[in-house]
Amino acid sequence: MAIHIALAPETIAHVGNIPITNSILTTWLLMAVVLVLGLVLRGNLKLVPGKIQSIFESLIEYLYDLTKSAISNQAVAEKIFPLIFTYFFFILIANWFGLLPGVGSIGLKEVEDGATKIVPIFRAPTSDLMTTFALATVSVFVTHYLGIKAAGILKYLKRFFNLKSPLDLFVGVLEFISEFSKWITFTFRLFGNIFAGEVLISVMTFLLPVFVPIPFYGLEIFVGFIQAFVFAILTIVFVSIAVEQHGGDDKKKLEGTHHQDELTATADTVESIKEVNNTNASMMRPQQVEGV
Amino acid sequence: MSDEGLKLVAMGLAMGLGVIGPGIGIGIVAGKAIEAMGRNPEMEGTVRTYMLLGIAFTEGLAIFALVVALIIRFL
Repeated sequence: MAIHIALAPETIAHVGNIPITNSILTTWLLMAVVLVLGLVLRGNLKLVPGKIQSIFESLIEYLYDLTKSAISNQAVAEKIFPLIFTYFFFILIANWFGLLPGVGSIGLKEVEDGATKIVPIFRAPTSDLMTTFALATVSVFVTHYLGIKAAGILKYLKRFFNLKSPLDLFVGVLEFISEFSKWITFTFRLFGNIFAGEVLISVMTFLLPVFVPIPFYGLEIFVGFIQAFVFAILTIVFVSIAVEQHGGDDKKKLEGTHHQDELTATADTVESIKEVNNTNASMMRPQQVEGV
Repeated sequence: MSDEGLKLVAMGLAMGLGVIGPGIGIGIVAGKAIEAMGRNPEMEGTVRTYMLLGIAFTEGLAIFALVVALIIRFL
């Protein structure tokens, strides 16, 4: 039996003329899971949290602190946080859903060109290019929306179309291109990682079905978590860039050069201090431990 | 060699050569981040966040290789 790897999701049903693919069915299922979980958790909030509530509390707290520290405009940070956490949580369970047994293997029998093949009912949503494209599109548009809202449309467009000097024009063109590359990398990073993981696991399973795939499952659980985290963090960073770059370009520039000076200065002093530190290292260590 | 065979070779080359640079880059990013964590352990959380960010941007280059490989294969 050959390995069954489909780059595009397969159609399993039709509603009118609209094809329903296996990945969109899974997306709906996971959306329902997220919704029900959210409502149930909200209904059962306690002052002394139970196990599930404390897991979510620590997750939310961590990401909330991260968002607040990355975006200096606190109002924007509070507004964007629900989206960030939804990204993180939805992508996380979407990535992990693909690792469950039966997701790629239980399917409908279909006869095509005389040969029967199995069309899986479920497929991890993030291993479908269109799902990740949709997520990336929402992220990019929200970033632009918040940028325009923070700076005003004319000032925001100045970032891309600036006719003051040839250099500014060139920088604007580069910014314009980088917006599209941002879109593409958002899409393909998630898709590539998850799809490659599924291919890796199925290839390993066909090479040696016993014990060999287990470490790769561990790897994929890790990768799924990291990719969800990276998607959320990158959205935070792009929003913070879009919101903050427009307050005053000159001020930002000054800050940048100042920072540069500071960096080189510290690099110089570090060299000279190194020797002193080495001699003091034995004295320093107990203090550090106390501090931690 | 048939067109299809050449396409497969090109796809393999695009992906294989394309990940050399990002591979080196991610190694440098992670190595430097661990160096920073070793020097300044109380900054571990912050450094880890920036490390992931740096890795994500470096990985973007490998993603372009993936896109090119997929375009060669399917378009």
